[in-house]
Amino acid sequence: MKIGIFKERENSRETIDFTGKSVLDLLRHLQINSETVLVVRKNEVLTEEELLEDQDRVDILSVISGG
Amino acid sequence: MNCSQCDQKAVLTLQHGKACKRHFINYFEEKVFKTMNKYQMIGRSDTLGVAASGGKDSLTVLYLTKKYLEKNNFVNTSFFALAIDEGIHNYRAKTLQDLEIFCEQYKIKLTIVRTTEEFGATLDEAYPKVNKDTHKKPCNVCGVWRRYLLNKHARALGATKVITGHNLDDEAQAIMMNMFKANISMAAHIGPITGVQEHELFVTRVKPLYFCTEKETRLYALLKGFAIEFTECPYSQEGYRSQIQDMLNGMEEKYSGTKQGIINSFLAILPLLREKEQREKQESIKICTSCGEPANQEICNACKIKEVLIEK
Repeated sequence: MKIGIFKERENSRETIDFTGKSVLDLLRHLQINSETVLVVRKNEVLTEEELLEDQDRVDILSVISGG
Repeated sequence: MNCSQCDQKAVLTLQHGKACKRHFINYFEEKVFKTMNKYQMIGRSDTLGVAASGGKDSLTVLYLTKKYLEKNNFVNTSFFALAIDEGIHNYRAKTLQDLEIFCEQYKIKLTIVRTTEEFGATLDEAYPKVNKDTHKKPCNVCGVWRRYLLNKHARALGATKVITGHNLDDEAQAIMMNMFKANISMAAHIGPITGVQEHELFVTRVKPLYFCTEKETRLYALLKGFAIEFTECPYSQEGYRSQIQDMLNGMEEKYSGTKQGIINSFLAILPLLREKEQREKQESIKICTSCGEPANQEICNACKIKEVLIEK
């Protein structure tokens, strides 16, 4: 499936092909530590177990303070 | 995935189960208020200076300090926000703008102290000069300046306590940094309430977010709608702390509860560390012969940095 991603820390957008199912699968695919981010879809914060769907757009927000 | 306590959608998985927005906010606020009560962080006649930068931690602690005072009807306890502007280009101006908007919205008095007024330089200007002479990292210089100015100006503004937004991640990192560097004396000075010795020139620092993780705090700020735009200090990756942070997050992802375990272990030995520090430290706190502020040596660290800048 295709997932649109906005990464807050890099201020970047991309669409990726993704074969996993859950938010945790996505973070592992992107090699992002789940401790360091919140994942938001349509203004709703998602738990790591939440399932993603084709054409979903998610924001990956950094929880780490910038300094 | 639903909340463990109701049929609403969960926003976070906690150690004891999943929480929806409402139950997470309740859980977070109760945890902060319990910490404030357990360590008697706020008294009815205190004047509180809240160290603020405009980031998620300081906005959260400002909001919850205000809420705690209102909830407990602490009508004689006053508080204000105190920010230090060290002039980091492309970073600090943005966070201070967020802070000014927040303080205006919640009617909180804000004072901003600038390092240019006190030391004649921004961190960007001072760091290359200081580093050439002393090899100090930018975070070392910034840390010395911030602690110095917070204490001095909080006291000048009448504060009896300084509230900081340090969270559980910050503390777990500090504990491990001290451990790795065998800095037992420094370790004795941290904790939910800082300091080993009381001194009239030192304003006690307290940390209501001590048991809240970085992720919980970011989530709380997000759910409460605090306007925070992500900005990153250009020096943040240069410090020793950022490596410890990566290490602990790696451990936490594999072994949930690692950071909490570090905090719990540390709190169990903190009384012993403080006892040791008091027993072994023969000399009491000195007064800096240059500026009159409290110091460990004849000249305080802030004045030593100032000397390097004047010589250049």
